[in-house]
Amino acid sequence: MPTYRSHVLVCGGTGCIAGGSALVQARMKEELAKKGLDKEVLVVQTGCHGMCELGPILVVYPEGTFYTRVQPEDAAEIVEEHLYKGRVVERLLYRPSEKLESVKHYNELPFYAKQNRIALRNCGYINPDNIEEYIARDGYQAMGKVLLEMTPDDVISEIKKSGLRGRGGGGFPTGMKWEFCKKSVSDKKYTICNADEGDPGAFMDRSILEGDPHSVLEGMAIGAYAMGADEGYIYCRAEYPLAIKRLKAAIAQAESYGLLGRNIMGTNFSFELHIKEGAGAFVCGEETALMASIEGERGMPRPRPPFPANKGLWGKPSNINNVETWANVNPIILKGGDWYASMGTEKSKGTKVFALTGKVKNTGLVEVPMGITIREIIFDLGGGIIDDKKFKAAQIGGPSGGCLTEEHLDLPVSYESLTAAGAIMGSGGLVIMDEDTCMVDVAKFFLEFTQAESCGKCVPCREGTKQMLLTLQRITSGKGTMEDLDKLEELAVMVKESSLCGLGQTAPNPVLTTLRYFRDEYEAHIKDKKCPAKACSGLIQYLVSPDLCRKCGLCAKNCPVNCISGDRQTPYVIDQSRCIKCGTCLEVCPFKAIRKE
Amino acid sequence: MVTALSEVPQKTLEILEPWRGRKGFLIPVLQAVQHTFGYVPKEAIEVVSREMKMPTAEIYGVVTFYAQFHLNPRGRHIIRVCRGTACHVRGSLKLLDKVKEMLKVEENGTTEDLRYTLEPVACLGACGLAPVMMIDEDTHGRLVPDKLGAIMDQYV
Repeated sequence: MPTYRSHVLVCGGTGCIAGGSALVQARMKEELAKKGLDKEVLVVQTGCHGMCELGPILVVYPEGTFYTRVQPEDAAEIVEEHLYKGRVVERLLYRPSEKLESVKHYNELPFYAKQNRIALRNCGYINPDNIEEYIARDGYQAMGKVLLEMTPDDVISEIKKSGLRGRGGGGFPTGMKWEFCKKSVSDKKYTICNADEGDPGAFMDRSILEGDPHSVLEGMAIGAYAMGADEGYIYCRAEYPLAIKRLKAAIAQAESYGLLGRNIMGTNFSFELHIKEGAGAFVCGEETALMASIEGERGMPRPRPPFPANKGLWGKPSNINNVETWANVNPIILKGGDWYASMGTEKSKGTKVFALTGKVKNTGLVEVPMGITIREIIFDLGGGIIDDKKFKAAQIGGPSGGCLTEEHLDLPVSYESLTAAGAIMGSGGLVIMDEDTCMVDVAKFFLEFTQAESCGKCVPCREGTKQMLLTLQRITSGKGTMEDLDKLEELAVMVKESSLCGLGQTAPNPVLTTLRYFRDEYEAHIKDKKCPAKACSGLIQYLVSPDLCRKCGLCAKNCPVNCISGDRQTPYVIDQSRCIKCGTCLEVCPFKAIRKE
Repeated sequence: MVTALSEVPQKTLEILEPWRGRKGFLIPVLQAVQHTFGYVPKEAIEVVSREMKMPTAEIYGVVTFYAQFHLNPRGRHIIRVCRGTACHVRGSLKLLDKVKEMLKVEENGTTEDLRYTLEPVACLGACGLAPVMMIDEDTHGRLVPDKLGAIMDQYV
């Protein structure tokens, strides 16, 4: 293998590709060739670095210099200055703020300093399309250890010892789940990877699949060995074309190396892996619905029991785990269950990946030990709220989760603490909201989603979410009554308690938590007919302040429904009966003469 | 994507061939049909039903269950405006309204010249770049309504 003095890692995650990183990579190669450095410096496309806000990201090793927002035009300068002359290109370094020094190295960034990347260990470090790079970072070593030195019971007891729990949202102890499946007697068993990451606001699974696909394959093979399965499926949503492409390539490579397929590593263990593309249904993230979908049917949940461990895919014992859970298996086997269990809280061990998004400065993926506080995540890693506005709420766990408020900022994150606060860990989506976000609107937003995605099989979910949504629509348009609030709460509890699957059982959470923590906002919508955050279009008015209006007419010209009248002599007036509240006038007015009330 | 309706039965047979005698074929077959024709034509459903001995009602059940399948022809370019949480908080509704206004179509509608189909989607998983939309396989992030025209012009 040729050796290189420097490696240039260009991020190939979805965020950075959208920012133009493919072109950056091509230009870097061109410029290096021009200087005759292409035999000394290797350009590698890696998976996601997690700091999507600053993309496209480029890291130069061995120094670990961290360049941000790199454009194709910058390639020549990086090659000329850094790789040829050895001088860091200052202007492309990350500066946390105007006042602070720029940060040269990867590990000095506050965003990375508090992280402990286990599931994301290889994301951003290796080329996901090259199995050799995965192997060089201890890849498939855990599988070797398991196949040659451990019995299936040893594997299960190690996983149990680690305290690993399902990272997809349920939080069920992984070792126990494996044990149930192992104990089921059958001629055929399946292991399944749930990669139908549907929660709006979560993208850690995507990042792992795109940045380190082999870690999932290896985890699944180890699980299959422990449970006695010889066939597996990865069910990946079709909205992730790059993840599917990289998974296919990874499976083909692993097969050609004898790490998947028949008689792996010369043992009696065989494991065949398939990819199933989803077809666009959120409910397929529920395990029984997912299996129905693999079987080619409508993806509707089935009542449990029987549990998949006894009767799953095609009636055979099956095990389903989420992408992030599988990615944690290799390090646990190599370093031991005790090592993993040394991190986290009493009942929630190890680390969890959160997708930090919304009104926070550093959006991206962070992997942190359980037990960290929400405040640390938002303010230390996330850098605080955009424009230094006031923090209002953190929505955790997607449409199944709930909102946490300022009083929860110092809450140590664990499965138990979040459930007690009315939210759930869920898949780990963490959307930050500031004072401009209306909590009633947020609750309505999530219900619109779950109502549309309800499969319609059971009545409480199908009809209950619909009625709840109609009630919220009445409230946000100013037509709600105080009785609506009681009815909303009653319905929410009913849907939660009587729905068939996780979708319906958790769909009311956003409503229930906002009612619990932001009841005053609901009441303001009903009693005062006002939206305190000025977000609900049915309750706001756009008005022209005559003293500030210079009668330029820009607002009238840009109004899509022509509802603003006036001329050089008379001040402009908005006809409220025809106004569609699009806010265009407010944006175009150069004199700030238009206000929102 | 442009296939004459008369070719549908023949092409559908070709798609079916490798799946004969295997279980769990329906969704991958429908995905291939949709990929070949741009939608799932009625004629293709009839062929699948006859050849695989499956009631058409069952096939329609699956087609209408999943958001990815379409029973009518769609535009050459698919615009997917993300309506996920992170995008919502960063103003994706305004973006969607702007696209609707520019194309003069409603959600899930197709322009008369079959150039674009507009689809709001639940989440594209690029939340770090919110608000986001996808045109075909390309992701465009950190959008503001003013940028839309220039981006859409790239897709003829």
